[in-house]
Amino acid sequence: MAHVEAPSLRDSVANVPAARFFWDRTASACFTVLDHGTSLGGRLVELAGRSVLLTSGSQLTTALALIELDGCARRIVILPPDVDTADLGAIIAAAEIDAIVTDDETPQCSALDLPLRVSCASAIAPANLSPPTGRRTEWLLMTSGTTGVPKLVVHDVATLTAAMKARGAADGAAVWGTFYDIRRYGGLQMYLRAVLGGASLVLSSAGEPVADHLERLARHGVTHLSGTPSHWRRALMDPAIQNVAPRYVRLSGEIADQPILDRLRATFPQAAIGHAYASTEAGVAFDVNDGLAGFPVAYVGPNRDGVEMKVFSDGSLHIRSPRAASRYAGTGQALADADGFVDTGDIVERRGERYYFVGRKGGIINIGGLKVHPEEIEAVINQHPQVGMSRVRSKQNPITGAIAVADIVLKSEQGTAAAQQAMIKDDILKLCRETLPRHKVPAAISFMPTLGIGAAGKLARREQ
Amino acid sequence: MSVKTMSVKLTILEQMEQIAREHGKILAPLKEDLVLADCGLDSLGFAVLVARLEDTLGVDPFTAAEDAYFPVTLGEFVKVYEHGAR
Repeated sequence: MAHVEAPSLRDSVANVPAARFFWDRTASACFTVLDHGTSLGGRLVELAGRSVLLTSGSQLTTALALIELDGCARRIVILPPDVDTADLGAIIAAAEIDAIVTDDETPQCSALDLPLRVSCASAIAPANLSPPTGRRTEWLLMTSGTTGVPKLVVHDVATLTAAMKARGAADGAAVWGTFYDIRRYGGLQMYLRAVLGGASLVLSSAGEPVADHLERLARHGVTHLSGTPSHWRRALMDPAIQNVAPRYVRLSGEIADQPILDRLRATFPQAAIGHAYASTEAGVAFDVNDGLAGFPVAYVGPNRDGVEMKVFSDGSLHIRSPRAASRYAGTGQALADADGFVDTGDIVERRGERYYFVGRKGGIINIGGLKVHPEEIEAVINQHPQVGMSRVRSKQNPITGAIAVADIVLKSEQGTAAAQQAMIKDDILKLCRETLPRHKVPAAISFMPTLGIGAAGKLARREQ
Repeated sequence: MSVKTMSVKLTILEQMEQIAREHGKILAPLKEDLVLADCGLDSLGFAVLVARLEDTLGVDPFTAAEDAYFPVTLGEFVKVYEHGAR
């Protein structure tokens, strides 16, 4: 598979002409001083050529350590915050980990017995190091699947950043912000965009109220802001959204339906709004910047950035791309088929001159033999002006085996009086009946104060 | 018949009429001995009915039950809920 040359992160940082920062909830770090400083206590040289498990309670500390490790370590295995500690043994074996970089805020990792332990910190100490660089470090990212040991997907800076190169010049004056956690593929994309583009980055912090995060984004003058549609729906329900004024708004990681694109357009009339399609395995496939849901049919087939897409007869989207991961680590399981295509598991449907994402292969609800994707029902419910977020899920049913029911979060201030709720419920059901075939109309609607979003930024579909 | 069981029955009848309206079906007169298969709702209509009743009465006596019993007449159907909605 063809690879594009990419400089190491350290080289990129050394070339940034002005001071750039990472900010999280409690700390800030000027990462452009890392070319003559260290957040690893100057011990980088010991990590040269090793397979390093990087685990920290802080995204900021992770962000700094990545710059030092790239080009020096053989492998960086980034541990996301939500990985089951019972899986650590399998992960260490699969990735042949022989060193840990940790801030000791993750006790389960501190107990691990590995040949080398190096502390990482959110502060940078001056140091004159000439660490061994020039290595093509493998970056191992974990899939966000909900069952079993996470798969370790092997990338490097070239595959991770190929989509950025294809898009052109860096924007040094930018301040990136993201609702994602940078320890997974979606957030890591934003991290690399900021660092390689010579921009600063406002990081998210777990457990931080949305309003506080939005205030921080506003305070740092965020210009480029990204998250999943679920992140955005939650942010748009918060009055503090009025204080941020990004000039670029980006969505990825879930289906961007027309209502969320329209709401973002109305909230940020001056901003460029784009939704991207990517997966940890297949990489970034494309961006859509016309403000419409779905993507033009012309994107299928070979396209100008070397990304080739096929739609199989079951509607699943398959991608062959220089931005795809090379393999899974520690398993014989193939990442791509014999022709090099990765099955994304996402189902698309052609309507006119566009393809629309309708859901996941594994997420189908079978209602007495009729198949439904929860996402297509959510897209209709989300059209209702009083709906902030929705989740459609399968409910066991004695007659049809399963039936679709909806959990809905109303926008702020509504959802108080029971009589008003009943009216809204009828209204939503009416909208569904007008738009959807009978079996796709939710059998019941519950109003919820909030809906969970998982560590990968996606709507939590498993919880009750 | 107590007020509570009366209200269970009324809830069921109201929901059946509501679902029939929504699904564009015409219900047979809702008498005790009406055979459910002939009442005018199809299987999807019943599936929705059971889901709605769980929402309003807080119980789905069929999914909770060990056996696969499903009542034949409307009267039996109501009884299952009157026992379930304690």
